[in-house]
Amino acid sequence: MESYETHEHDVLVIGAGGAGLRAAIEAASQGVSVGVVCKSLLGKAHTVMAEGGVAAAMANVDKSDNWQTHFKDTMAGGKMLNNWRMAQIHAQQAPDRIHELEQWGALFDRTPTGDILQRAFGGHTCKRLCHVGDRTGLELIRTLQDRVVQIGMPVYMECTATHLFKDGGRIAGVLAYWRETGKFVLYKAKAIILATGGTGKAFVITSNSWEYTGDGFGMAYQAGAQLMDMEFVQFHPTGMVWPPGVRGILVTEAVRGEGGQLKNSKGERFMERYDPKRMELSTRDQVARAIYTEVKEGRGSPHGGVFLSVTHLNAEAVKKKLPSMYHQLKDFADVDITKEPMEVGPTTHYIMGGIRVEAETTASTVPGLYAAGETAAGMHGANRLGGNSLSDLLVFGRLSGHHAAQFAKQNSGAVKINEDEVRRAAQEVLAPFDRTSGPTPYELHEKLQEFMQAKVGIMRIESDIKEALVEIQDLKKKLTTVRVSGSRMFNPGWHLAYDLKNLLTSAEAIARAALMRQESRGAHTRLDHPKTDPEWGKVNHVISKDGDAMKVAQSPLPQMPDELKKLFEETK
Amino acid sequence: MANTVRALEERGLGATQRRDAWWLQPVAVAAGLGAFVIYSTWAALQGNNYEWGPYLSPFYSPLLGKDWWPFSPAFLILWAPAGFRATCYYYRKAYYRAFFADPPACAVGEIAEHRYCGETKFPFILQNMHRFFFYVALLLLVFLWHDAYKSFFFENGIGIGLGSLVLTANASLLSFYTLGCHSLRHFVGGKLDTFQVGGNCTMRHSCWKGVTRLNEHHMLWAWCSLVMVGFADFYVRMLASGIFTDLRLL
Amino acid sequence: MSEMVIRVSHGTTEKMEEKTYKVPVGPGMVVLDAIHYIQSHFAPDLAVRWNCKAAKCGSCSAEVNGKPKLMCKSRMDAYDQNEELVVHPIKTFPRIKDLVTDVSWNYRVNKTITPFTPPKGNFGKMYQADMDRVQEFRKCIECFLCQSVCHVLRNHEKHEEFAGPRFFVRIASLEMHPLDEASRIKFLKEEGGLGYCNITKCCSEVCPEDIHITDNAIIPLKERVVDEYYDPVQKIFRIFSGK
Repeated sequence: MESYETHEHDVLVIGAGGAGLRAAIEAASQGVSVGVVCKSLLGKAHTVMAEGGVAAAMANVDKSDNWQTHFKDTMAGGKMLNNWRMAQIHAQQAPDRIHELEQWGALFDRTPTGDILQRAFGGHTCKRLCHVGDRTGLELIRTLQDRVVQIGMPVYMECTATHLFKDGGRIAGVLAYWRETGKFVLYKAKAIILATGGTGKAFVITSNSWEYTGDGFGMAYQAGAQLMDMEFVQFHPTGMVWPPGVRGILVTEAVRGEGGQLKNSKGERFMERYDPKRMELSTRDQVARAIYTEVKEGRGSPHGGVFLSVTHLNAEAVKKKLPSMYHQLKDFADVDITKEPMEVGPTTHYIMGGIRVEAETTASTVPGLYAAGETAAGMHGANRLGGNSLSDLLVFGRLSGHHAAQFAKQNSGAVKINEDEVRRAAQEVLAPFDRTSGPTPYELHEKLQEFMQAKVGIMRIESDIKEALVEIQDLKKKLTTVRVSGSRMFNPGWHLAYDLKNLLTSAEAIARAALMRQESRGAHTRLDHPKTDPEWGKVNHVISKDGDAMKVAQSPLPQMPDELKKLFEETK
Repeated sequence: MANTVRALEERGLGATQRRDAWWLQPVAVAAGLGAFVIYSTWAALQGNNYEWGPYLSPFYSPLLGKDWWPFSPAFLILWAPAGFRATCYYYRKAYYRAFFADPPACAVGEIAEHRYCGETKFPFILQNMHRFFFYVALLLLVFLWHDAYKSFFFENGIGIGLGSLVLTANASLLSFYTLGCHSLRHFVGGKLDTFQVGGNCTMRHSCWKGVTRLNEHHMLWAWCSLVMVGFADFYVRMLASGIFTDLRLL
Repeated sequence: MSEMVIRVSHGTTEKMEEKTYKVPVGPGMVVLDAIHYIQSHFAPDLAVRWNCKAAKCGSCSAEVNGKPKLMCKSRMDAYDQNEELVVHPIKTFPRIKDLVTDVSWNYRVNKTITPFTPPKGNFGKMYQADMDRVQEFRKCIECFLCQSVCHVLRNHEKHEEFAGPRFFVRIASLEMHPLDEASRIKFLKEEGGLGYCNITKCCSEVCPEDIHITDNAIIPLKERVVDEYYDPVQKIFRIFSGK
């Protein structure tokens, strides 16, 4: 095969969002050599789109808040399907991670007494979200980015990872190509951290960017790691629905956190009927289902959503607390949110499932392979609370960096990568160029998004999911005939052609797990099994590669120790 | 579907792909500033007709050197406001664009191949002296307010003439312009890294916010005060030369 | 549904050409949608950089009808439907392919800036009054439109001596950070080339985040440079006060 460049690191981080950068910083602090590979430019990762805030029980606003309460909220929001240990670590460590950011230059909004201000959010019983207006993610990524630049590690930008390689049982490296030139590059590494985010681009209506193609899931799956809880895809209740070009773009939950009200076409605050206690600040799965039901029963807004209104709030306060929402709605939809309600509807936002990891080390089932952030499963159970994602990135990003560095130190022998495997992998990536006929990647992607949205979307039913699985098999076949034109230089068609492989793996995992879980729980709603069944609450679905087929197995949920169980009894 | 055309290289003065009337703004600014410079130079050269009743033209205020200065007394004064405006951060933008075409407008080509030093070399490095002109401008404001105050005291007692209002408006607009100065904004608070809320700089924070509010409309105040100061001189000049009679309102 | 003709610049630095396409225009459609339509229907290899399509990441910078813009924020209905819409890559940086340019220069400049330098140990409280000023600068999404439009880079190509508006904003965010203890004033005057800026405000005009780059970042920094280098009164004062 053609010659390719090779780089060697102790720890290689794939993905430069919050989790990836936090992991890289931590690994570098252990004195090992660290490299970061990312698909976009540094600082453009999906974390920039996080808006509302980062959850941490700092008790700056609600003095009664503590990690136990945060832990309880997280578990309750996740319908008790979370990995209890992850939820505990997360709740305990989040405040330290925020303070750390501040020491690296982050500037959160303040209380009048000079502490970090915290706002209310769905499913959190206390005001807990540290925020910067409605651009918290940008602050977070910029702070981490600056820190990475300060430490001075190589960041391989606009470089797409395609195949993980193993040496014996353990991880050894990854093949990637430069998006700019199309040339291959091989990274050898003693430990690899996957922080590649989720797979929102498997759906039409999504708040996710093009990068969200499930690369981490696909690569880890192919390398023999297990995926878990893939049926739980979060549909954020409030995405824009009009105009069509911006359909799915997020309207932050902070709108409701600051007092926004949801109304149907009759002007009713319909959340009264679904969750009278928490109203708009119910959990995302419930609000999304409520909106879906309102629209389905004919009480929707003109463009198939419901109304979200902040017109009863002070206009200046709205502009100050929600500046980017004000501009987003004004620029894209000609709506002045201080005067008119927004039209919103559910949009694919996040996947609770992902690579199965050990709670304390974030290690996957492949030695040397770690996963953090949205790519990892377990922390959020069946439904994620708003604001828990940014804190998840920081807490588990750091842990994965720490443990990957430790692993690299303990296994310091050189890793070998089989040349033949590299050659085969490169051939696979380049194959679409050799074909002169066949479908374009855009056609296949459109098809995938359509049926995933329609059949494995917010409301699921057995027959639909089965149909989707047939379609997935069909697309997998078609993918082997996909054709791309042009050169290897910055060719988006070609890039998509390879991304589709990972999208299809993720979609299949979602569909298979969704088919198996015959109950409704959190973000997974089965119209044919509308009840939550305690028996199903005892198992996770674990997906792994079995020859060429995908295997879904049940694995018992880890049991939490008695002292944590007590926390839940006290409230009953 | 696609047909092909060669792209144009964007080089040389005015070369751009912009389709809007980008030239309108620099032309308007050049006309406005040019007209003012011509009028004010002419008015300053006159050396007469700058006083009428209780009114004194702002070009000649404070009135100095009547006894010993052989030229028009305006020249003892005008260097200061002229310098203040010439080094003003807003006017710099305006005339770099309108007179030097550097650049004429955003994303529009400049005169090809000219040497550019920005404000790093003589003469433009002198723009850094802005704050010293500001100090003098602030002093002149005191005199202008004094003139405005005096303009209500006629020979036959207190009253209000159109000229009184013109001079008061002039002093006000000049105050809005001068007190919104970027250098002042720096002194009152911009130079601090923290206002130490609750500590000893809270007062400075309030001042900084006030100056900032004026500063946000610095361009507006720059033009309003420019037109007004010219008109004030014109009005007094017309009264003094007997072409107008002052409108007594009270 | 109406149609609009779009002329898109294709190719590399060595060989470039413009191609025209007819694209259907729906309500609320933005230029980036049109580019995506062209990709999926006519030119699958048309290179364009984009991520969020919600004006939050600052990837899809281009020049639309000669003006530096984010394509995801440029509504098609803001343009004359009967005229061709022209889309070119941003001009100040070398083109890689089609609408994608090589912005790596910016990342190199960024590395030369002294990072955030807080005092040792735990620090006390911070107040919103101090946040407000700096938070404006932290809104920057690094779209580099300001770098592209700035004539010091665009026309005079002072890339070696001038950091550009984006990095003046970043330096301002550090210099005015209530906890930062480092000084970047010398850097600004020398390597950063702040003096090349003649405050013609094009950076502020194109900023999609509406950061008042010139008034709130560059001019305050220029004043701080004056304090240090051009103000004899301050110099004398500093000598006597021993600061």
